[in-house]
Amino acid sequence: MTFSPELEAKLTKLVNSYPAGRLKSALIPMLMFTQDEVGSITPELVKEIANRLKITPVQVDEVVTYYSMLHKKPMGKYHIQVCTNISCLLWDGDKLYEHARHKLGLGHKEVSADGQFSLEEVECMGACSWAPAIQVNYDFHHHVTPEKLDEIIDSLRKLH
Amino acid sequence: MLFNPPSPLEVKVLTVRFGLPNSASIDTFLANDGYKAFEKSLDMTQEQIIQEVKDSNLRGRGGAGFPTGMKWGFVPRQSPKPKYIVVNSDESEPGTCKDRVLIENDPHMLIEGCLIAAQAVGSKTGYIYIRGEYRYLIDVMDKAIGEAYARGYLGKNILGRGVDFDLYTHTGAGAYECGEESALLESLEGNRGQPRIRPPFPAVAGLYACPTVLNNVETFAAVPSILLMGGKAWADLGVAKAGGTKLTCLTGHFNRTGVYELPLGFPVEKMINEVGGGVRGGLKMKAFIPGGSSCPVLTGDEAWPLTMDYDSMAKAGTMLGSGGVVLMDENTDMVKAALRIMHFYQHESCGWCIPCREGTTWLKKLLTRLDRGMGTEKDIDLVGDVSKNMMGRTFCPLGDAAALPTESIVRKFRHEFEAKIAKTQISMAGVASPFVVV
Ligand SMILES: Cc1cc2nc3c(=O)[nH]c(=O)nc-3n(C[C@H](O)[C@H](O)[C@H](O)COP(=O)(O)O)c2cc1C
Ligand code: FES
Repeated sequence: MTFSPELEAKLTKLVNSYPAGRLKSALIPMLMFTQDEVGSITPELVKEIANRLKITPVQVDEVVTYYSMLHKKPMGKYHIQVCTNISCLLWDGDKLYEHARHKLGLGHKEVSADGQFSLEEVECMGACSWAPAIQVNYDFHHHVTPEKLDEIIDSLRKLH
Repeated sequence: MLFNPPSPLEVKVLTVRFGLPNSASIDTFLANDGYKAFEKSLDMTQEQIIQEVKDSNLRGRGGAGFPTGMKWGFVPRQSPKPKYIVVNSDESEPGTCKDRVLIENDPHMLIEGCLIAAQAVGSKTGYIYIRGEYRYLIDVMDKAIGEAYARGYLGKNILGRGVDFDLYTHTGAGAYECGEESALLESLEGNRGQPRIRPPFPAVAGLYACPTVLNNVETFAAVPSILLMGGKAWADLGVAKAGGTKLTCLTGHFNRTGVYELPLGFPVEKMINEVGGGVRGGLKMKAFIPGGSSCPVLTGDEAWPLTMDYDSMAKAGTMLGSGGVVLMDENTDMVKAALRIMHFYQHESCGWCIPCREGTTWLKKLLTRLDRGMGTEKDIDLVGDVSKNMMGRTFCPLGDAAALPTESIVRKFRHEFEAKIAKTQISMAGVASPFVVV
């Protein structure tokens, strides 16, 4: 597989971050960075990473299935993650999630037919003092009200 | 970037540079005492550095509160193996959002803490393990690391003093368990985040089975100020056996939620009413969690007279934990809260050991049933029983983390569970089969 020159540069830096003989340490960051470009952890990507790190595809796969941010199926272009854990719950994070479900017409980990949006109810994301919080891909939004969520989603829809 | 306005009651030691223009840049850092503590450490022996940290009474800020100087002292410095520095920036304990603020505002303080720790144990390599959701912090940290290399504070022959130290960021990929130190090391080695049997502890056999200093972000970040002020003066900021200040995350039903730097031993009442602006809507406080959802829950009455330090919280049957304070007002549904907390631990249990994997699954089922009003009195007892039987019997402390809040909630708020059952019994009278399969 070929990746963009930026990603290749990142991966080169990554594999040089660990001591000799410890290449496998690069596995999880490599999965995360390549997933961002490829869209999901495809069988082809698993093989490619196994080759690069000189391990077997099964060793890659067993790691992929453990981590919640690694997906074998592509998520939407905009992956909306709503936290409903305790500190967000106390600021109606559960109601915000319900609102997002209706607004997007999607359930937990579902992707819209056009591939633009996906939704996930997530655990604490480290924004507890500014609850309720959501992440759109890697971007944080704090103190999110249903109205603010509508605005965020509508403005993303307008990009197309 | 500041996340919330500071409070006049804060004691700013770790957060002194927050709010300065470009607080994350090396120029701001250097203009405001940055890397001075590291330069000082270059003229100290390893014993002297460790002694200052011991004198400071700094205790680990990741949740367990283990004395940091003692931990560094366990590292076999004479060992021919390489020594590693590992920063735990997995920050996933619900209610906790302080490491994020530290890195975003002052990444060089963390680098300086790592450099000093490296001096103390003779390490040449460090890794900062950052949770996957904090991707932007990898960029913040990488930028700061790049600046430090460019100015000669990282790399070979640092400041011409013959010291070498390389520092790298490493991203996680979504797993609470990877905040547990041994699971973090597994993850850093490219494996599933499953815990290791201890002993040996990481200080002796950590990353790649080599001696490793593994601490929380805030713990490392505290070290430069300890060397600059002197351990004893730093200790005096706090109370006996708990030195310094703590970044405290006020979450839940406060009027002014936010992250504030408060000295250890700060009164709970003052923290709630003056720092946090009181309970939202002028309501009463029903429940209080001192430091992340793994702590046993206190009732409002229990919490008011306490102080925010390890001993005070231990006497009250809970823990200071990670600094993630959760306040629940009188209208909070405690059954729902217990269920949401268990939903998290059940999801995050790594599945490696049976008491945790099965225990959290059963507790979630029982709590779901009770929350829907379909439970029985026996179910309430069973929640308490299962929780108690998990405690101390799991491979790593995730099982305790799930059991402690749950057991305390059913014990202290049993009437709310009973009220839910009674409510459905009235509305379900005459319905043949009130069972719900979950
Ligand atoms: C399930 C579990 C999750 C943990 N998560 C974190 C975490 O996110 N960040 C952290 O610093 N420590 C976490 N810890 C504590 C670490 O195991 C370890 O005690 C700590 O990083 C040591 O650093 P300290 O002494 O500076 O606190 C967790 C522990 C357990 C059992
Ligand atoms: S509980 Fe939602 S971000 Fe922490």
